[in-house]
Amino acid sequence: MGLEKLNSLYREVILDHSDHPHHKHALPDATHKITLKNPTCGDVINLDIQLDDQDRISDIGFTGDGCTISQSSASMMTDAVMGKSKDEALNMAKTFSDMVIGKKHPQKDLDELQDAAILSNIMTFPARIKCATLSWWALQRALLKQPDGNVDDSEKEE
Amino acid sequence: MDNTLSKLLQDFPILDQKVNDERLVYLDNAATAQRPNQVIEALTHFYQTDNANVHRGVHTLAERATADYEAARRKVQKFIHAPEPEEVIFTKGCTDGLNLVASTYGEANVSAGDEIVISIMEHHSNLIPWQQLAIRKGATLKYIHLTDDGELDLEEAKQLITDKTKIVAVAHASNVMGTVNPIKQLAKLAHQHGAVFVGDGAQAVPHMAVDVQDLDVDFYAFSGHKMMGPTGIGILYGKRELLEAMPPYQYGGEMIGFVHQQESTWAELPYKFEAGTQNIAGAVGLGAAVDYLTGIGMSVVRAHEQELVNYLLPKMEAIDGVQVYGPQDPAKHTGVIAFNLENLHPHDVATALDMEGVAVRAGHHCAQPLMEYLGLTATARASLYLYNTQADADRLLVALQETKEFFNHGSRETK
Ligand SMILES: Cc1ncc(COP(=O)(O)O)c(C=O)c1O
Repeated sequence: MGLEKLNSLYREVILDHSDHPHHKHALPDATHKITLKNPTCGDVINLDIQLDDQDRISDIGFTGDGCTISQSSASMMTDAVMGKSKDEALNMAKTFSDMVIGKKHPQKDLDELQDAAILSNIMTFPARIKCATLSWWALQRALLKQPDGNVDDSEKEE
Repeated sequence: MDNTLSKLLQDFPILDQKVNDERLVYLDNAATAQRPNQVIEALTHFYQTDNANVHRGVHTLAERATADYEAARRKVQKFIHAPEPEEVIFTKGCTDGLNLVASTYGEANVSAGDEIVISIMEHHSNLIPWQQLAIRKGATLKYIHLTDDGELDLEEAKQLITDKTKIVAVAHASNVMGTVNPIKQLAKLAHQHGAVFVGDGAQAVPHMAVDVQDLDVDFYAFSGHKMMGPTGIGILYGKRELLEAMPPYQYGGEMIGFVHQQESTWAELPYKFEAGTQNIAGAVGLGAAVDYLTGIGMSVVRAHEQELVNYLLPKMEAIDGVQVYGPQDPAKHTGVIAFNLENLHPHDVATALDMEGVAVRAGHHCAQPLMEYLGLTATARASLYLYNTQADADRLLVALQETKEFFNHGSRETK
Protein backbone atom coordinates (compact mmCIF):
# COMPACT_ATOMS: atom_id res chain seq x y z
CA MET A 1 0.00 0.00 0.00
CA GLY A 2 1.23 3.47 -0.90
CA LEU A 3 1.06 4.74 2.63
CA GLU A 4 3.93 2.56 3.76
CA LYS A 5 6.23 5.04 2.08
CA LEU A 6 4.95 7.57 4.53
CA ASN A 7 6.86 5.81 7.26
CA SER A 8 10.09 7.14 5.85
CA LEU A 9 8.86 10.68 6.35
CA TYR A 10 6.72 10.38 9.43
CA ARG A 11 9.21 8.51 11.59
CA GLU A 12 8.33 7.73 15.16
CA VAL A 13 10.65 10.50 16.42
CA ILE A 14 8.97 13.04 14.19
CA LEU A 15 5.49 12.07 15.27
CA ASP A 16 6.58 12.17 18.92
CA HIS A 17 7.88 15.68 18.55
CA SER A 18 4.75 16.89 16.77
CA ASP A 19 2.46 15.26 19.33
CA HIS A 20 4.43 16.59 22.26
CA PRO A 21 6.50 19.51 21.03
CA HIS A 22 9.33 20.68 23.26
CA HIS A 23 9.67 24.34 24.23
CA LYS A 24 6.30 25.20 22.78
CA HIS A 25 5.60 28.34 24.74
CA ALA A 26 6.23 32.04 24.43
CA LEU A 27 9.05 33.89 26.22
CA PRO A 28 7.48 37.29 26.72
CA ASP A 29 10.74 39.03 27.61
CA ALA A 30 13.00 37.35 25.08
CA THR A 31 15.89 39.34 23.61
CA HIS A 32 15.12 38.14 20.08
CA LYS A 33 11.66 37.61 18.64
CA ILE A 34 10.37 36.87 15.19
CA THR A 35 7.16 35.84 13.42
CA LEU A 36 7.57 34.04 10.16
CA LYS A 37 4.88 32.92 7.76
CA ASN A 38 5.00 30.15 5.22
CA PRO A 39 3.03 31.78 2.40
CA THR A 40 2.23 28.48 0.72
CA CYS A 41 0.00 27.26 3.49
CA GLY A 42 -0.40 30.17 5.85
CA ASP A 43 1.44 28.44 8.69
CA VAL A 44 2.92 30.79 11.23
CA ILE A 45 5.77 30.39 13.68
CA ASN A 46 6.58 32.79 16.49
CA LEU A 47 10.07 32.20 17.80
CA ASP A 48 11.42 33.74 20.99
CA ILE A 49 15.10 33.49 21.88
CA GLN A 50 16.86 34.59 25.04
CA LEU A 51 20.57 35.33 24.53
CA ASP A 52 22.69 35.76 27.67
CA ASP A 53 25.54 38.24 27.95
CA GLN A 54 27.93 35.78 26.31
CA ASP A 55 25.63 35.49 23.31
CA ARG A 56 24.50 32.01 24.29
CA ILE A 57 20.98 30.77 23.88
CA SER A 58 19.86 30.48 27.47
CA ASP A 59 16.23 29.88 26.59
CA ILE A 60 14.13 29.39 23.48
CA GLY A 61 10.43 28.85 22.79
CA PHE A 62 8.02 28.79 19.89
CA THR A 63 4.29 29.08 19.29
CA GLY A 64 2.10 28.88 16.21
CA ASP A 65 0.24 26.47 14.00
CA GLY A 66 1.61 24.10 11.49
CA CYS A 67 1.75 20.67 9.98
CA THR A 68 3.39 17.67 11.57
CA ILE A 69 6.66 18.40 9.83
CA SER A 70 6.89 22.06 10.74
CA GLN A 71 5.88 21.48 14.35
CA SER A 72 8.28 18.64 14.94
CA SER A 73 11.06 20.44 13.13
CA ALA A 74 10.60 23.45 15.39
CA SER A 75 10.60 21.21 18.44
CA MET A 76 13.78 19.42 17.37
CA MET A 77 15.44 22.71 16.48
CA THR A 78 14.84 24.17 19.93
CA ASP A 79 16.31 21.05 21.54
CA ALA A 80 19.37 21.23 19.34
CA VAL A 81 20.26 24.89 19.78
CA MET A 82 19.53 25.25 23.49
CA GLY A 83 22.73 26.35 25.21
CA LYS A 84 24.60 26.98 21.97
CA SER A 85 26.35 30.20 21.12
CA LYS A 86 24.86 32.43 18.50
CA ASP A 87 27.53 31.44 15.97
CA GLU A 88 27.10 27.74 16.66
CA ALA A 89 23.36 28.07 16.19
CA LEU A 90 23.81 29.91 12.91
CA ASN A 91 26.15 27.19 11.68
CA MET A 92 23.60 24.58 12.61
CA ALA A 93 20.92 26.44 10.68
CA LYS A 94 23.23 26.43 7.68
CA THR A 95 23.90 22.70 8.06
CA PHE A 96 20.18 22.03 8.26
CA SER A 97 19.30 24.08 5.19
CA ASP A 98 22.05 22.36 3.23
CA MET A 99 21.08 18.92 4.45
CA VAL A 100 17.47 19.14 3.32
CA ILE A 101 18.50 19.99 -0.21
CA GLY A 102 21.01 17.18 -0.32
CA LYS A 103 24.28 19.11 0.16
CA LYS A 104 26.89 17.07 1.95
CA HIS A 105 28.20 17.97 5.40
CA PRO A 106 30.66 16.11 7.66
CA GLN A 107 28.94 13.64 9.97
CA LYS A 108 29.91 15.66 13.03
CA ASP A 109 27.90 18.63 11.74
CA LEU A 110 24.89 16.37 11.31
CA ASP A 111 25.37 14.93 14.79
CA GLU A 112 25.18 18.44 16.17
CA LEU A 113 21.62 18.64 14.90
CA GLN A 114 20.59 15.76 17.17
CA ASP A 115 17.05 14.53 16.36
CA ALA A 116 16.68 17.16 13.67
CA ALA A 117 19.14 15.24 11.47
CA ILE A 118 16.39 12.72 10.85
CA LEU A 119 14.67 15.25 8.61
CA SER A 120 17.25 14.62 5.87
CA ASN A 121 14.54 12.29 4.51
CA ILE A 122 12.48 15.32 3.61
CA MET A 123 14.61 15.57 0.47
CA THR A 124 12.45 12.92 -1.15
CA PHE A 125 9.34 15.04 -0.47
CA PRO A 126 10.37 18.30 -2.15
CA ALA A 127 7.00 19.94 -1.58
CA ARG A 128 7.56 19.65 2.16
CA ILE A 129 11.09 21.06 2.45
CA LYS A 130 9.72 24.47 3.33
CA CYS A 131 7.73 23.01 6.20
CA ALA A 132 10.93 21.62 7.67
CA THR A 133 13.05 24.71 7.19
CA LEU A 134 10.61 27.32 8.47
CA SER A 135 11.76 27.19 12.09
CA TRP A 136 15.46 27.15 11.16
CA TRP A 137 14.88 30.17 8.96
CA ALA A 138 13.20 31.87 11.85
CA LEU A 139 16.18 31.07 14.05
CA GLN A 140 18.60 32.46 11.53
CA ARG A 141 16.63 35.62 10.91
CA ALA A 142 15.98 36.27 14.57
CA LEU A 143 19.67 35.89 15.42
CA LEU A 144 20.73 38.06 12.50
CA LYS A 145 17.93 40.47 13.32
CA GLN A 146 16.26 40.54 9.96
CA PRO A 147 12.75 40.55 11.19
CA ASP A 148 10.87 40.65 7.94
CA GLY A 149 7.82 38.63 7.11
CA ASN A 150 7.94 35.84 4.62
CA VAL A 151 9.98 32.88 3.60
CA ASP A 152 11.44 34.10 0.33
CA ASP A 153 10.68 31.41 -2.19
CA SER A 154 6.94 31.57 -2.06
CA GLU A 155 5.01 29.56 -4.58
CA LYS A 156 2.26 30.79 -6.79
CA GLU A 157 -1.08 29.19 -6.20
CA GLU A 158 -4.01 28.96 -8.39
CA MET B 1 -20.39 7.61 -16.49
CA ASP B 2 -21.95 7.46 -19.93
CA ASN B 3 -20.21 6.18 -23.01
CA THR B 4 -19.01 9.43 -24.52
CA LEU B 5 -17.30 10.36 -21.31
CA SER B 6 -15.62 7.04 -20.67
CA LYS B 7 -14.10 7.23 -24.15
CA LEU B 8 -12.70 10.64 -23.27
CA LEU B 9 -10.01 9.25 -21.05
CA GLN B 10 -7.98 8.17 -24.05
CA ASP B 11 -7.66 11.84 -25.02
CA PHE B 12 -5.63 12.46 -21.87
CA PRO B 13 -2.45 10.37 -21.95
CA ILE B 14 -1.14 12.22 -18.89
CA LEU B 15 -3.82 10.58 -16.78
CA ASP B 16 -2.62 7.14 -17.81
CA GLN B 17 0.38 6.94 -15.53
CA LYS B 18 1.44 5.76 -12.13
CA VAL B 19 2.44 8.11 -9.36
CA ASN B 20 4.13 6.54 -6.36
CA ASP B 21 3.27 3.14 -7.83
CA GLU B 22 -0.45 3.87 -7.92
CA ARG B 23 -2.68 4.86 -10.83
CA LEU B 24 -2.78 8.65 -10.89
CA VAL B 25 -6.05 10.18 -9.71
CA TYR B 26 -5.86 13.83 -10.64
CA LEU B 27 -8.10 15.90 -8.37
CA ASP B 28 -6.41 19.28 -8.63
CA ASN B 29 -8.43 20.61 -11.54
CA ALA B 30 -9.30 23.89 -9.85
CA ALA B 31 -5.58 24.70 -9.94
CA THR B 32 -5.17 23.66 -13.54
CA ALA B 33 -6.88 21.11 -15.78
CA GLN B 34 -5.16 18.61 -18.05
CA ARG B 35 -5.03 19.13 -21.83
CA PRO B 36 -6.51 16.63 -24.26
CA ASN B 37 -4.51 15.47 -27.29
CA GLN B 38 -6.69 17.70 -29.45
CA VAL B 39 -5.32 20.82 -27.74
CA ILE B 40 -1.73 19.58 -27.79
CA GLU B 41 -2.08 18.73 -31.47
CA ALA B 42 -3.52 22.15 -32.28
CA LEU B 43 -0.43 23.74 -30.73
CA THR B 44 1.90 21.43 -32.62
CA HIS B 45 0.06 21.97 -35.85
CA PHE B 46 0.20 25.72 -35.45
CA TYR B 47 3.94 25.73 -34.81
CA GLN B 48 4.65 23.21 -37.56
CA THR B 49 2.60 24.82 -40.30
CA ASP B 50 1.20 28.31 -39.64
CA ASN B 51 3.47 30.10 -37.19
CA ALA B 52 4.09 33.79 -37.91
CA ASN B 53 3.35 37.04 -36.17
CA VAL B 54 -0.22 38.23 -36.56
CA HIS B 55 -1.54 41.44 -38.10
CA ARG B 56 1.92 42.20 -39.43
CA GLY B 57 3.21 41.60 -42.89
CA VAL B 58 1.41 40.39 -45.92
CA HIS B 59 3.00 37.03 -46.49
CA THR B 60 0.98 33.84 -46.48
CA LEU B 61 2.02 32.50 -43.12
CA ALA B 62 1.24 35.82 -41.47
CA GLU B 63 -2.20 35.66 -42.99
CA ARG B 64 -2.76 32.10 -41.85
CA ALA B 65 -1.57 32.82 -38.33
CA THR B 66 -3.84 35.86 -38.20
CA ALA B 67 -6.79 33.80 -39.41
CA ASP B 68 -6.09 31.12 -36.75
CA TYR B 69 -5.81 33.73 -34.02
CA GLU B 70 -9.02 35.49 -35.00
CA ALA B 71 -10.86 32.19 -35.44
CA ALA B 72 -9.96 31.35 -31.85
CA ARG B 73 -11.40 34.68 -30.71
CA ARG B 74 -14.69 33.93 -32.46
CA LYS B 75 -14.84 30.47 -30.92
CA VAL B 76 -14.56 31.99 -27.48
CA GLN B 77 -17.08 34.67 -28.38
CA LYS B 78 -19.65 32.01 -29.28
CA PHE B 79 -18.73 29.90 -26.26
CA ILE B 80 -19.61 32.66 -23.81
CA HIS B 81 -22.23 34.16 -26.10
CA ALA B 82 -20.59 37.58 -26.33
CA PRO B 83 -22.31 39.90 -28.80
CA GLU B 84 -19.20 40.73 -30.84
CA PRO B 85 -15.66 39.35 -31.25
CA GLU B 86 -14.21 42.82 -30.54
CA GLU B 87 -15.45 42.49 -26.97
CA VAL B 88 -13.31 39.40 -26.43
CA ILE B 89 -9.77 40.39 -25.44
CA PHE B 90 -6.90 37.95 -25.17
CA THR B 91 -4.99 38.26 -21.91
CA LYS B 92 -2.38 36.23 -20.04
CA GLY B 93 -5.07 34.79 -17.82
CA CYS B 94 -7.80 35.63 -15.37
CA THR B 95 -5.46 37.58 -13.08
CA ASP B 96 -4.28 39.69 -15.99
CA GLY B 97 -7.85 40.44 -17.08
CA LEU B 98 -8.95 41.53 -13.61
CA ASN B 99 -5.88 43.73 -13.22
CA LEU B 100 -6.65 45.23 -16.60
CA VAL B 101 -10.12 46.30 -15.48
CA ALA B 102 -8.89 47.64 -12.13
CA SER B 103 -6.08 49.67 -13.62
CA THR B 104 -7.99 51.08 -16.60
CA TYR B 105 -11.70 51.27 -15.86
CA GLY B 106 -11.06 51.47 -12.13
CA GLU B 107 -8.38 54.08 -12.41
CA ALA B 108 -10.61 56.27 -14.58
CA ASN B 109 -13.90 55.85 -12.70
CA VAL B 110 -13.22 55.44 -8.99
CA SER B 111 -12.55 58.46 -6.78
CA ALA B 112 -12.18 59.31 -3.12
CA GLY B 113 -15.29 58.40 -1.13
CA ASP B 114 -16.52 55.86 -3.68
CA GLU B 115 -17.08 52.23 -2.75
CA ILE B 116 -16.07 48.94 -4.29
CA VAL B 117 -17.96 45.81 -3.22
CA ILE B 118 -16.46 42.32 -3.43
CA SER B 119 -17.09 39.11 -1.49
CA ILE B 120 -15.14 37.47 1.31
CA MET B 121 -14.68 34.35 -0.82
CA GLU B 122 -12.67 36.06 -3.56
CA HIS B 123 -9.44 34.65 -4.88
CA HIS B 124 -6.55 37.07 -4.31
CA SER B 125 -6.72 37.84 -8.05
CA ASN B 126 -10.15 39.37 -7.63
CA LEU B 127 -9.30 41.01 -4.33
CA ILE B 128 -5.90 42.68 -4.34
CA PRO B 129 -6.45 44.67 -7.58
CA TRP B 130 -9.55 46.24 -5.93
CA GLN B 131 -7.91 46.64 -2.56
CA GLN B 132 -4.96 48.48 -4.09
CA LEU B 133 -7.22 50.56 -6.31
CA ALA B 134 -9.20 51.57 -3.23
CA ILE B 135 -5.99 52.53 -1.44
CA ARG B 136 -4.76 54.58 -4.40
CA LYS B 137 -8.05 56.42 -4.72
CA GLY B 138 -9.10 56.79 -1.11
CA ALA B 139 -12.13 54.62 -1.86
CA THR B 140 -13.64 52.03 0.50
CA LEU B 141 -13.55 48.29 -0.14
CA LYS B 142 -16.55 46.42 1.27
CA TYR B 143 -17.09 42.69 1.65
CA ILE B 144 -20.21 40.58 1.21
CA HIS B 145 -20.03 37.70 3.70
CA LEU B 146 -21.52 34.21 3.77
CA THR B 147 -24.64 32.56 5.10
CA ASP B 148 -24.33 29.66 7.52
CA ASP B 149 -24.45 27.27 4.61
CA GLY B 150 -21.42 28.83 2.96
CA GLU B 151 -23.34 30.73 0.31
CA LEU B 152 -23.06 34.38 -0.55
CA ASP B 153 -25.34 36.48 1.64
CA LEU B 154 -27.58 38.22 -0.89
CA GLU B 155 -29.40 40.17 1.80
CA GLU B 156 -26.13 41.69 2.92
CA ALA B 157 -25.26 42.40 -0.71
CA LYS B 158 -28.45 44.42 -1.03
CA GLN B 159 -27.42 46.54 1.95
CA LEU B 160 -23.85 47.02 0.78
CA ILE B 161 -24.49 47.96 -2.84
CA THR B 162 -25.59 51.60 -2.83
CA ASP B 163 -25.33 54.69 -4.96
CA LYS B 164 -21.80 55.12 -3.64
CA THR B 165 -20.79 51.81 -5.22
CA LYS B 166 -18.79 52.12 -8.43
CA ILE B 167 -17.69 48.51 -8.94
CA VAL B 168 -19.03 45.15 -7.77
CA ALA B 169 -16.62 42.26 -8.39
CA VAL B 170 -17.51 38.68 -7.42
CA ALA B 171 -16.48 35.17 -8.46
CA HIS B 172 -19.03 33.30 -10.54
CA ALA B 173 -17.94 30.10 -8.80
CA SER B 174 -15.77 29.87 -5.70
CA ASN B 175 -12.42 28.07 -5.81
CA VAL B 176 -12.83 27.06 -2.15
CA MET B 177 -16.47 26.92 -1.07
CA GLY B 178 -17.75 25.01 -4.08
CA THR B 179 -20.59 27.49 -4.52
CA VAL B 180 -22.01 29.14 -7.61
CA ASN B 181 -22.79 32.76 -6.87
CA PRO B 182 -25.92 34.55 -8.11
CA ILE B 183 -23.97 36.97 -10.27
CA LYS B 184 -26.91 37.74 -12.52
CA GLN B 185 -28.71 39.19 -9.51
CA LEU B 186 -25.57 40.96 -8.34
CA ALA B 187 -25.08 42.53 -11.77
CA LYS B 188 -28.65 43.73 -11.68
CA LEU B 189 -28.18 45.21 -8.22
CA ALA B 190 -25.00 46.93 -9.36
CA HIS B 191 -26.76 48.39 -12.39
CA GLN B 192 -29.65 49.68 -10.28
CA HIS B 193 -27.10 51.81 -8.47
CA GLY B 194 -25.11 52.86 -11.52
CA ALA B 195 -22.18 50.56 -10.78
CA VAL B 196 -20.51 48.05 -13.11
CA PHE B 197 -20.28 44.35 -12.38
CA VAL B 198 -17.04 42.39 -12.87
CA GLY B 199 -17.34 38.59 -12.88
CA ASP B 200 -14.42 36.27 -12.11
CA GLY B 201 -15.23 33.26 -14.25
CA ALA B 202 -12.06 31.23 -13.58
CA GLN B 203 -13.95 28.39 -11.88
CA ALA B 204 -17.18 28.73 -13.85
CA VAL B 205 -16.39 28.79 -17.57
CA PRO B 206 -14.62 25.40 -17.50
CA HIS B 207 -17.57 23.70 -15.81
CA MET B 208 -20.87 25.20 -16.96
CA ALA B 209 -22.49 27.04 -19.83
CA VAL B 210 -21.85 30.75 -19.41
CA ASP B 211 -23.83 33.40 -21.28
CA VAL B 212 -22.43 36.86 -20.63
CA GLN B 213 -25.46 38.53 -22.21
CA ASP B 214 -27.93 36.66 -20.11
CA LEU B 215 -25.88 37.38 -16.98
CA ASP B 216 -25.61 40.99 -18.14
CA VAL B 217 -22.11 41.31 -16.67
CA ASP B 218 -20.06 44.33 -17.71
CA PHE B 219 -16.71 42.56 -17.51
CA TYR B 220 -15.93 38.89 -17.17
CA ALA B 221 -12.46 37.30 -16.90
CA PHE B 222 -11.22 33.72 -17.05
CA SER B 223 -8.16 31.56 -17.76
CA GLY B 224 -7.49 29.10 -20.56
CA HIS B 225 -5.55 26.60 -18.48
CA LYS B 226 -8.44 25.70 -16.20
CA MET B 227 -10.57 24.76 -19.22
CA MET B 228 -8.00 22.47 -20.84
CA GLY B 229 -6.30 25.19 -22.86
CA PRO B 230 -2.66 26.22 -22.55
CA THR B 231 -1.22 28.31 -19.72
CA GLY B 232 -0.50 31.98 -20.35
CA ILE B 233 -3.72 32.67 -22.24
CA GLY B 234 -6.99 33.99 -20.91
CA ILE B 235 -9.95 36.11 -21.83
CA LEU B 236 -11.43 39.36 -20.72
CA TYR B 237 -14.91 40.03 -21.99
CA GLY B 238 -16.12 43.62 -21.71
CA LYS B 239 -19.09 45.54 -23.04
CA ARG B 240 -18.09 47.55 -26.07
CA GLU B 241 -19.08 50.99 -24.83
CA LEU B 242 -17.10 50.48 -21.62
CA LEU B 243 -14.01 49.15 -23.41
CA GLU B 244 -14.11 52.01 -25.86
CA ALA B 245 -14.21 54.62 -23.15
CA MET B 246 -11.36 53.06 -21.18
CA PRO B 247 -7.71 54.09 -21.46
CA PRO B 248 -5.31 51.39 -22.72
CA TYR B 249 -3.68 48.97 -20.28
CA GLN B 250 -0.22 48.73 -21.82
CA TYR B 251 1.47 50.63 -24.59
CA GLY B 252 3.56 49.35 -27.47
CA GLY B 253 3.23 47.63 -30.80
CA GLU B 254 -0.09 46.40 -32.18
CA MET B 255 -2.27 48.61 -29.98
CA ILE B 256 -1.73 51.91 -31.80
CA GLY B 257 -3.52 53.92 -34.43
CA PHE B 258 -0.95 56.59 -35.23
CA VAL B 259 2.19 57.36 -33.33
CA HIS B 260 3.75 60.80 -33.52
CA GLN B 261 6.70 62.10 -31.59
CA GLN B 262 4.62 63.69 -28.85
CA GLU B 263 1.28 61.87 -29.02
CA SER B 264 -0.46 58.71 -30.20
CA THR B 265 -3.88 57.36 -30.98
CA TRP B 266 -5.09 53.88 -30.17
CA ALA B 267 -6.14 50.94 -32.27
CA GLU B 268 -9.72 49.79 -32.47
CA LEU B 269 -11.05 47.09 -30.18
CA PRO B 270 -9.88 44.54 -29.27
CA TYR B 271 -6.32 45.47 -30.30
CA LYS B 272 -6.26 48.54 -28.10
CA PHE B 273 -5.88 46.09 -25.21
CA GLU B 274 -3.50 43.65 -26.89
CA ALA B 275 -0.17 45.46 -26.77
CA GLY B 276 2.88 43.62 -28.06
CA THR B 277 3.13 40.17 -29.59
CA GLN B 278 0.44 38.05 -28.01
CA ASN B 279 0.42 34.39 -27.02
CA ILE B 280 -0.74 33.41 -30.49
CA ALA B 281 -0.30 29.68 -30.15
CA GLY B 282 -1.95 29.89 -26.75
CA ALA B 283 -5.00 31.48 -28.34
CA VAL B 284 -5.10 28.74 -30.95
CA GLY B 285 -4.84 26.12 -28.20
CA LEU B 286 -7.64 27.78 -26.29
CA GLY B 287 -9.75 27.69 -29.44
CA ALA B 288 -9.13 23.95 -29.62
CA ALA B 289 -10.13 23.57 -25.97
CA VAL B 290 -13.37 25.42 -26.70
CA ASP B 291 -14.01 23.06 -29.62
CA TYR B 292 -13.35 20.11 -27.37
CA LEU B 293 -15.73 21.28 -24.65
CA THR B 294 -18.36 22.31 -27.18
CA GLY B 295 -18.13 18.87 -28.77
CA ILE B 296 -19.02 17.28 -25.46
CA GLY B 297 -21.51 19.94 -24.45
CA MET B 298 -21.29 22.02 -21.30
CA SER B 299 -24.54 20.61 -19.98
CA VAL B 300 -23.00 17.14 -20.17
CA VAL B 301 -19.88 18.37 -18.36
CA ARG B 302 -21.97 19.94 -15.64
CA ALA B 303 -24.26 16.93 -15.26
CA HIS B 304 -21.30 14.58 -15.01
CA GLU B 305 -19.62 16.65 -12.31
CA GLN B 306 -22.88 16.99 -10.44
CA GLU B 307 -23.38 13.24 -10.50
CA LEU B 308 -19.87 12.71 -9.11
CA VAL B 309 -20.43 15.28 -6.37
CA ASN B 310 -23.74 13.63 -5.46
CA TYR B 311 -21.83 10.41 -5.05
CA LEU B 312 -18.70 11.71 -3.35
CA LEU B 313 -19.81 14.47 -1.01
CA PRO B 314 -22.10 12.47 1.31
CA LYS B 315 -19.51 9.69 1.48
CA MET B 316 -16.79 12.15 2.46
CA GLU B 317 -19.00 13.71 5.08
CA ALA B 318 -19.77 10.28 6.44
CA ILE B 319 -16.12 9.59 7.25
CA ASP B 320 -15.68 10.31 10.90
CA GLY B 321 -13.37 13.30 11.37
CA VAL B 322 -13.76 14.69 7.85
CA GLN B 323 -15.03 18.25 7.73
CA VAL B 324 -16.25 19.51 4.37
CA TYR B 325 -16.60 23.27 3.84
CA GLY B 326 -19.25 25.02 1.80
CA PRO B 327 -22.81 23.82 1.21
CA GLN B 328 -23.57 20.37 2.62
CA ASP B 329 -26.25 19.85 0.01
CA PRO B 330 -24.57 18.21 -3.03
CA ALA B 331 -27.01 19.92 -5.38
CA LYS B 332 -25.54 23.26 -4.35
CA HIS B 333 -21.93 22.13 -4.47
CA THR B 334 -19.66 22.32 -7.53
CA GLY B 335 -16.84 19.87 -8.11
CA VAL B 336 -14.60 21.92 -5.81
CA ILE B 337 -14.53 20.30 -2.37
CA ALA B 338 -12.45 21.85 0.39
CA PHE B 339 -12.07 19.70 3.49
CA ASN B 340 -9.98 18.88 6.52
CA LEU B 341 -9.27 15.77 8.52
CA GLU B 342 -9.63 16.28 12.24
CA ASN B 343 -6.36 16.92 14.08
CA LEU B 344 -4.38 16.72 10.87
CA HIS B 345 -2.77 19.49 8.95
CA PRO B 346 -3.86 19.57 5.28
CA HIS B 347 -0.23 19.45 4.16
CA ASP B 348 0.21 16.12 5.88
CA VAL B 349 -3.06 14.92 4.34
CA ALA B 350 -1.99 15.98 0.84
CA THR B 351 1.36 14.23 1.19
CA ALA B 352 -0.36 11.06 2.36
CA LEU B 353 -2.88 11.17 -0.49
CA ASP B 354 -0.05 11.73 -2.95
CA MET B 355 1.58 8.55 -1.71
CA GLU B 356 -1.67 6.89 -2.80
CA GLY B 357 -1.45 8.51 -6.22
CA VAL B 358 -4.24 10.97 -5.43
CA ALA B 359 -3.36 14.57 -6.32
CA VAL B 360 -5.12 17.21 -4.22
CA ARG B 361 -4.13 20.67 -3.16
CA ALA B 362 -3.45 21.91 0.35
CA GLY B 363 -3.11 25.48 1.49
CA HIS B 364 -5.04 28.71 1.66
CA HIS B 365 -6.03 28.53 -2.04
CA CYS B 366 -5.14 32.18 -2.58
CA ALA B 367 -8.06 33.17 -0.40
CA GLN B 368 -6.48 34.22 2.88
CA PRO B 369 -9.29 36.61 3.92
CA LEU B 370 -11.76 33.74 3.46
CA MET B 371 -9.60 31.39 5.53
CA GLU B 372 -9.37 33.97 8.27
CA TYR B 373 -13.13 34.52 8.14
CA LEU B 374 -13.72 30.78 8.46
CA GLY B 375 -11.17 30.57 11.27
CA LEU B 376 -8.88 28.26 9.33
CA THR B 377 -5.24 28.46 8.32
CA ALA B 378 -5.54 26.02 5.47
CA THR B 379 -7.60 23.22 3.96
CA ALA B 380 -7.12 20.34 1.58
CA ARG B 381 -9.10 20.57 -1.65
CA ALA B 382 -10.21 17.97 -4.16
CA SER B 383 -11.55 19.36 -7.43
CA LEU B 384 -13.18 17.32 -10.19
CA TYR B 385 -13.41 17.59 -13.93
CA LEU B 386 -15.15 15.76 -16.69
CA TYR B 387 -12.53 12.98 -16.98
CA ASN B 388 -12.83 12.02 -13.32
CA THR B 389 -14.77 8.86 -12.60
CA GLN B 390 -16.57 7.18 -9.76
CA ALA B 391 -13.50 4.97 -9.44
CA ASP B 392 -11.47 8.14 -8.78
CA ALA B 393 -13.93 9.18 -6.10
CA ASP B 394 -13.61 5.76 -4.49
CA ARG B 395 -9.83 6.01 -4.54
CA LEU B 396 -10.03 9.32 -2.71
CA LEU B 397 -12.39 7.87 -0.13
CA VAL B 398 -10.16 4.86 0.54
CA ALA B 399 -7.05 7.03 0.68
CA LEU B 400 -8.71 9.36 3.19
CA GLN B 401 -9.62 6.44 5.39
CA GLU B 402 -6.09 5.09 5.23
CA THR B 403 -4.55 8.47 5.91
CA LYS B 404 -6.68 8.76 8.99
CA GLU B 405 -5.63 5.34 10.18
CA PHE B 406 -1.96 5.98 9.50
CA PHE B 407 -1.87 9.09 11.62
CA ASN B 408 -4.05 7.69 14.36
CA HIS B 409 -1.71 4.81 14.85
CA GLY B 410 0.36 4.04 17.97
CA SER B 411 2.44 7.10 18.64
CA ARG B 412 -0.37 9.39 17.58
CA GLU B 413 -2.48 8.48 20.57
CA THR B 414 -2.52 11.58 22.67
CA LYS B 415 -1.90 11.13 26.32
C1 LIG C 1 -11.68 32.02 -8.64
C2 LIG C 1 -10.35 32.28 -9.26
N1 LIG C 1 -10.05 33.51 -9.71
C3 LIG C 1 -8.89 33.79 -10.30
C4 LIG C 1 -7.92 32.83 -10.48
C5 LIG C 1 -6.63 33.24 -11.10
O1 LIG C 1 -6.36 32.55 -12.27
P1 LIG C 1 -4.94 32.64 -12.98
O2 LIG C 1 -3.92 32.29 -11.94
O3 LIG C 1 -5.01 31.65 -14.07
O4 LIG C 1 -4.76 34.04 -13.47
C6 LIG C 1 -8.18 31.54 -10.01
C7 LIG C 1 -7.25 30.44 -10.12
O5 LIG C 1 -6.11 30.40 -9.92
C8 LIG C 1 -9.41 31.27 -9.39
O6 LIG C 1 -9.70 30.05 -8.92
